[in-house]
Amino acid sequence: MADPADLRADPETVRAQAEPGEAGAVEEVEEEQRSLMRRLLTANTSWTLLVLFSLVLGFTLARPTQFGTLFNFRNIAIDGATLLVMSVGMTFVIITGGIDLSIGSVLIFSGVIAAKAMAAVDHSQNGSISQILLGLLAALVVGLGWGLLNGVLIAKGRIPALIVTLGTLGMALGSAQLITGGVDVRGLPLMLGNTIGNGDLELTGMGFLFRIPWIVFVAAGVTILGGIALAATRFGRHTYAIGSNAEAARRAGIAVDRHLIRIYGLSGLLAGLAGFLNLAHFTTTTLGGHSTDNLQAIAAVVIGGTSLFGGIGSIIGTVVGVFIPAVLQNGFVIVGVQAFWQPVAVGAVLIAAVYVDQIKRRSSERE
Amino acid sequence: MTEPLLEARGIVKRFGHVRALQGADFAASAGEVIALIGDNGAGKSTLVKVLSGTLQPDGGEIRFEGRRVALPSPVAARSLGIETVYQDLALAPDLDSAANLFLGREQVRTGVLGWFGLLDNKAMRRQTDDSFRSLGIGVQTTTAAVKSLSGGQRQSVAVSRAVTWANKVLFLDEPTAALGVVATGKVLDLIRRVRDRGLTVVLVSHNMPEVLQVSDRIEVLRLGRRVATFKTSKASMEDLVGAMTGAISQAARPADSSGQAVDSRSDQGVG
Repeated sequence: MADPADLRADPETVRAQAEPGEAGAVEEVEEEQRSLMRRLLTANTSWTLLVLFSLVLGFTLARPTQFGTLFNFRNIAIDGATLLVMSVGMTFVIITGGIDLSIGSVLIFSGVIAAKAMAAVDHSQNGSISQILLGLLAALVVGLGWGLLNGVLIAKGRIPALIVTLGTLGMALGSAQLITGGVDVRGLPLMLGNTIGNGDLELTGMGFLFRIPWIVFVAAGVTILGGIALAATRFGRHTYAIGSNAEAARRAGIAVDRHLIRIYGLSGLLAGLAGFLNLAHFTTTTLGGHSTDNLQAIAAVVIGGTSLFGGIGSIIGTVVGVFIPAVLQNGFVIVGVQAFWQPVAVGAVLIAAVYVDQIKRRSSERE
Repeated sequence: MTEPLLEARGIVKRFGHVRALQGADFAASAGEVIALIGDNGAGKSTLVKVLSGTLQPDGGEIRFEGRRVALPSPVAARSLGIETVYQDLALAPDLDSAANLFLGREQVRTGVLGWFGLLDNKAMRRQTDDSFRSLGIGVQTTTAAVKSLSGGQRQSVAVSRAVTWANKVLFLDEPTAALGVVATGKVLDLIRRVRDRGLTVVLVSHNMPEVLQVSDRIEVLRLGRRVATFKTSKASMEDLVGAMTGAISQAARPADSSGQAVDSRSDQGVG
């Protein structure tokens, strides 16, 4: 971001830097701001953001006392939270030009392992903090493990990501069912559901008491960190570079294989975290409930303006892409439209998003 | 000739059954512009890739500043001060020109933010601007994605990247193949200016007039071997074409002014 002090700094230098005939300092500042805006609202994020706002506005006008309430917005945020966590990982993966179909299965597998780990150390009904932390750690470790396996097979084994993650999708889900015998694990510590799963984080500040659902707090934290990592760090820059031209990245000295392994590891890690959040929220392992998470995450990422061809995308777009379906789902129920309309509408938005992306691409690219 | 800065001896490179290089030699001294010429398939690009660490040779040795060196990766070559502008430019089209200039060498902010790898985009843009200006290259903005630039501008970005980081040897693989007259002239000017800074420039080309115009010395590859080397001032178009096509075998000529026969193995031709 532009440091205002620096921009004001030295009109002499600024003018010297500008090409003769340019207006100098003012344009320099505008240039900085424009590039910032461009990065924040890349390509078609702006119009999907408009879609999201219109949906929220429309449903609010239709049912002001039901849809447009703080309580309902909280619900929407909670509904979208676990998918958002996975979609952040998916954004990185798709920007490298890859895909990760295994996240829903990894979510379930991680939840199962976390449940088993917690059951192994403490049998009290309420549970303990250390037990919960152990469950979290277990979920993260196995999630990371699946992700690294994906990454190694893709980067070192040169097997297409679609095939590798389709394979681990089956392996992770099947393993989870083998471990549980196909029956959902229940009897989780009550503390888990009451805190992380369905409890609020209470913050006081400026004389107010803020109550933020834990699950939303965690998802927001992941999203913000992911957004910064992607947009402003060397890690993010290498992610874009690999998706844009992997061979150029390799020749520029970027360790492409290692970076890809990290990216899939990150996706697995976040699926593991989502698995833990999901377990806490539903207080059961939901074995059958996540078979389309991968496609939902991919749809969210693509609606958010990230290109399936790699090299282009943003986390902020993904946030919008996650909440368009979530708002539609919630809004249709409240307005009384059959909920079956939701996938129809999401599908249309998805296709429209890619169509607009193609048009913009064709107009901006010379060749 | 003084001790070569960069030298290759007997480089062999096979792709499956195809032998792209069959004992190729190459030598470049400091501060000269060497043109590497040859017909299509002579092995020019392969030799450049071997000498820039992108391809690993199956045989032969590479010497740099008198020492035998291994170039297992482009990074290894770059650490010796060898930079390459590839035929395909090796740019990331979705990134802006500053990001491309600093690809793989991104600058991070000072202090704590740097530990987390936070990029110092402002400093990189400023230095990119400086680079473009000092090279007399007109890429208007450093914040536009490279794919929105014209062919010549993209070329300029790739060339300035290599020139910015090279401090010993600059390889240019067909740098003017896609350029118009004006842009070609600029690249040739740039080559001379880089040479005047004391760098060695290796220009791969099959554009004869261009080669005669800008180089100090010319090495000719044919069927994976060096078949001739000429001092440009004493070479004619006929000499070059003859050596490239094999119509003139240098060994068959009297050891006269137009160059030196370089490798007894290469005399017989191959095919």
